[in-house]
Amino acid sequence: MELDFSRQLHFFWALLPEIILCTFGMVVLVAGVSGKYKDADKAPSGDPSFGTTADLGWLSLIGVLIAAGANGWLYGVKEVGQDSMIALDHFRLFANWIFLLAAALTILISFAYVYRQRLQAGEFFALILFATAGAMFMAGARDLIVIFLGLEVMSIAVYALTAFNRRDRKSAEAGLKYFLLGAFATGFFLYGIALTYGATGSTNVAVIATSVSSGAATAGLLTIAIALLVIGFSFKVSAVPFHMWTPDVYEGAPAPVTAFMSATVKAAAFIAFARVFLVAFNDSYTTWFPILWWLAAITMVSANLIALVQTNVKRMLAYSSIAHGGYLLLALTAANPTATAGMLFYLLVYTLMNIGAFAIVISVAHQAEERQYIDDYTGFGWTNPALGVFLTIFLLSLAGFPGTGGFMGKIYLLQGAAESELWWLMVILVLTTVASYWYYLRVAWLMWMKNPTSDGQHDLVITPFPMRLALVVCVGLIVYTGIFPGAALEFARASVQGLGAFGGGIVGLAP
Amino acid sequence: MSGDYLSLLLLFGVSIVNAIGMVVASHILNPRRDTPQKLMPYESGMIPLGTTRARFSVKFYMVAISFIVFDLETIFLIPWAVQMRELGWSAFLAMTMFVIVLAVGLLYEWKKGGLEWD
Repeated sequence: MELDFSRQLHFFWALLPEIILCTFGMVVLVAGVSGKYKDADKAPSGDPSFGTTADLGWLSLIGVLIAAGANGWLYGVKEVGQDSMIALDHFRLFANWIFLLAAALTILISFAYVYRQRLQAGEFFALILFATAGAMFMAGARDLIVIFLGLEVMSIAVYALTAFNRRDRKSAEAGLKYFLLGAFATGFFLYGIALTYGATGSTNVAVIATSVSSGAATAGLLTIAIALLVIGFSFKVSAVPFHMWTPDVYEGAPAPVTAFMSATVKAAAFIAFARVFLVAFNDSYTTWFPILWWLAAITMVSANLIALVQTNVKRMLAYSSIAHGGYLLLALTAANPTATAGMLFYLLVYTLMNIGAFAIVISVAHQAEERQYIDDYTGFGWTNPALGVFLTIFLLSLAGFPGTGGFMGKIYLLQGAAESELWWLMVILVLTTVASYWYYLRVAWLMWMKNPTSDGQHDLVITPFPMRLALVVCVGLIVYTGIFPGAALEFARASVQGLGAFGGGIVGLAP
Repeated sequence: MSGDYLSLLLLFGVSIVNAIGMVVASHILNPRRDTPQKLMPYESGMIPLGTTRARFSVKFYMVAISFIVFDLETIFLIPWAVQMRELGWSAFLAMTMFVIVLAVGLLYEWKKGGLEWD
């Protein structure tokens, strides 16, 4: 089947996964306030995994699976030309797999949390679906306006999710903080789009690329536009110095939402970042190369240093997520096909290990926001061996230990950076990774090398069936990609084909 | 091109100078005799009641949000309605989808009890 986008109906086919997710979102939303589901949150009864509140979660999961089917179907569809508002390349479809995987895992790990915290299940799961659809719009957009729309659909849903636990002060505070700073950053982003339009006369990524390479674009305006877009994207990927919101929001938001946010929002921002900068601004590489170089360097160094002294696990994982953003910025700075494929691979692995780690944080916190401190993990490994081993694998993978997906991801990032001869950034990545071993392994050390501080300290740890399922998927895929990374990497390489011209052939630039 | 907009710029300039000039001139020229009544906050001639930071019930915000949503719907619907025949079926389809999504939102608000005052 071929889509040429001159017929409007063809947009419908090109956007099928997103439309399915939105439809399911609306169904779940209305179902959540109808019949027996209306007051299910006030007095939860039955089983958290299969009871009344869980129905809506399973329904959302079915929606995600059908959307995944539609995403697979899109591989058989070709687009005519490269300048429509919606891209139909494999880069987008690979990104969609990441988002759908993150959404499915988030839904699986939130069943018991939603039940215990008496959250309104319909709204919670509907917002997850809407945010996922927004992320997919962002990744599939070949027009700055559509990227902006996707960004807003995703962000507004995530703002609401952050403040979702309205009985918790921290959650409300995090939601307000995220909303205000996010709205501020969106202003920068929008202004960047406006100036890009002023400089090149279009908001379409392909047309901007032609305008920039032919020299028709106004150079001064374009530089300011690139700077503003970098700020807008850096906020969403929480690169230092635009990371201030991240620790507070990650700490205050409900833990499943934090897991979702750290995976999906970051991945969506990076995918759109890559498409705008590697395709539209490809020939301005010398302009944005030094900005991204410094952002990557500062992000890697400061995030890893601050993470060393954290005592709250959610805050520690927040700084760890900022640091991982720094590693991914290295791939963008390298701007070659190997690095971009490495970025896709890394985003996939990062989604798995981060959601997995947060799933165990939720378990340890009694499906609530109770025990979030690193000291609460003392002796956890011996009382809950399975969870202990899983968390150790997630932490080792986050640290980049050989045999895990995180290690292979870092290897591919380094390989991509080596092709562009970014020697200093590679040195920084290796050194900061070594530093990060301290804060990841400290948790593992407390888990296995210390006795519990009191008897029955870990008695209330609950891991219901859906969460166990998610954990097994995460661990399985992390170990699989760590030992046999070939298939996933080949898939990522093939997905990057045809994205753009890459880098303008400049190697060995110094910032 | 600059000539076309010069008159507009002049209009802006004159109105700004005029507005500032009137305020400044009356401030300099008028005699000031302050009385307690004159120094009171102006509340449409009423004697002020209570504090300014009164809290409103959240119900008012519900009404305001619903109003904004359907106000925006009108903004999209009317231009389309005016140009309906020229835009053809694809625009009709798009508007139908838009209205359906809004209707789902309304249904949700209704079922949630957002339309009830008490």
